Amino acid sequence: MDLSNLTITKARKALDEKEFSALELTNAYLENIAKRDGDLPAGRQGIHAYLEVWEKEAREEAKKADERIARGESMPLTGIPLGIKDNILIEGRIASAASKILENYRASYDATVITKLKEQDAVFLGRTNMDEFAMGGSTENSAFGPTRNPLDTTRVPGGSSGGSAAGVAGHLALAALGSDTGGSVRQPASFTGLVGLKPTYGAVSRSGLIAMASSLDQVGPLTRTVEDTRILFDAIKGHDPNDSTSLPDTASAPKPMRRVIGIPRAFLKEGTDQDVLKEFESTVQELKDAGYEVRELEMPNLAYSLAVYYILMPAEASTNLARFDGIRYGLSVPADSIGEVYSKTRGKGFGPEVRRRILVGTFVLSSGYVDAYYRKARSVRELIRSDFARAFESVDAVVTPTSPTPAFTLGEKSDPLAMYAADIFTVPVNLAGVPALSVPSGTVERDGKKLPVGFQLIASHGGEETLFKIGEDVETTRI
Amino acid sequence: MTNEIDVAALARLARLEVSDPELTKLEKEIPDILAFVETIQKADVGPEANAPTLRNVMRADENPDEGGIYTEKLLEAAPAREGNRIAVKQVVSRKSGQGGSASGRK
Repeated sequence: MDLSNLTITKARKALDEKEFSALELTNAYLENIAKRDGDLPAGRQGIHAYLEVWEKEAREEAKKADERIARGESMPLTGIPLGIKDNILIEGRIASAASKILENYRASYDATVITKLKEQDAVFLGRTNMDEFAMGGSTENSAFGPTRNPLDTTRVPGGSSGGSAAGVAGHLALAALGSDTGGSVRQPASFTGLVGLKPTYGAVSRSGLIAMASSLDQVGPLTRTVEDTRILFDAIKGHDPNDSTSLPDTASAPKPMRRVIGIPRAFLKEGTDQDVLKEFESTVQELKDAGYEVRELEMPNLAYSLAVYYILMPAEASTNLARFDGIRYGLSVPADSIGEVYSKTRGKGFGPEVRRRILVGTFVLSSGYVDAYYRKARSVRELIRSDFARAFESVDAVVTPTSPTPAFTLGEKSDPLAMYAADIFTVPVNLAGVPALSVPSGTVERDGKKLPVGFQLIASHGGEETLFKIGEDVETTRI
Repeated sequence: MTNEIDVAALARLARLEVSDPELTKLEKEIPDILAFVETIQKADVGPEANAPTLRNVMRADENPDEGGIYTEKLLEAAPAREGNRIAVKQVVSRKSGQGGSASGRK
């Protein structure tokens, strides 16, 4: 079976027309995983997209999907083999968030997104590698070793949903779920030539997603096409009473498209590779040729985004991660007093980047500093939000490169601040709570290899359909 | 403003054991990160920026589920249990008066 050009749409058709069965499809992916994901002969590096492959369960799920297809009751994702980021709970299975502190933790319940996928009889191939607790942009912060970019194994697949991206790009899954707090779906999509969506804050339930920064986190799909992203998003979205931040299902009529896009050009210059900017500009030109009007935008507060993000995110993460204390679940290091159980468990269980962010978060929330850091950052966040609100009065979408660079090499960004700077174009989106889509838009060359770069489209709250429409135009013009 | 950060004190507040070599590393990294985020001090924040944008969600103050139906499932995840309870070290110690609930202050 040739998986190299397969999409959810094509697989759906083939499954329903009985060209192949869900079991055959699942087996084809499992074979690819066996061939390419682990250590390879002659010292070649495997991709390491998965922390665990659920062969037996996946085959059972595929058989169930085949029964549903035979009854003529298939749904869009019935029998579609997916990778699931290791911070999304599936009852009875390990969900470790790529952390030693949850290495042996088995989920007590299904995440709402999983319940929705189970209702369609989708197939779960395995849990995908990630930066520990989704903290990072390269998947090098996993406690269980890095994932490699299938397009060039000396490079990272991006992060934090790097395992999900590498899995789909390497044909080890047809599509995958990731989570995006500051770019963790879109940046790996950009680095691996995929489509990645960060939905509107509240569009997809976060119940059963291991929390990092609760005012920013969203679950999102990584797929090969915009159409596949739409299918996966439609399957997982919707109001959930188990997530108090989930938005009510109000069927608001989609805003009419004006076919106008805006560029915050002053924001794009700093630190962006020249050839990445060139690819971005040529995509903009192609949209112009396709009939879009392009406007220049003034969004002066975007310049504060990284600083705001690197205050609010650690503040929320340090609060969320307080629950990992060796008492209710996960690792527990024995000690003489309960205070030492806490500190030894957390010291041993959390990796260096997680510890760093907990400490920064503790500082910005500490008495005497909370006004100057946390509260001030919250106010500046509102300025960023208003910049977007003003922009959407005149444009359908704000466009930027997804990342200022293509995939970098393993070990290249050892300084935490250098790694943080790579999030420049993605974090404003999470701060504003708006949806954004990364679509492949050409390649740049590094060390003789062509590497993909992503084009980021940002729409107003609830504007996913706008993103898909423009995204499909980018897809058409860039092929 | 961030020159005199006591990382060891922060680690105590965060209930996080940090080794001495790591402490030395963090004593450089954390001030660097804080110096970087300090650029927000330049932002001109008007009063309109403080308007809340989140909506509150409440539910009735009652038990949503029958008692006990999830007990076994949740206890299975606990590192130590005694019967239907999670077992923990003594929280308040009579002898020292502070026991495990050390305040994290010097």
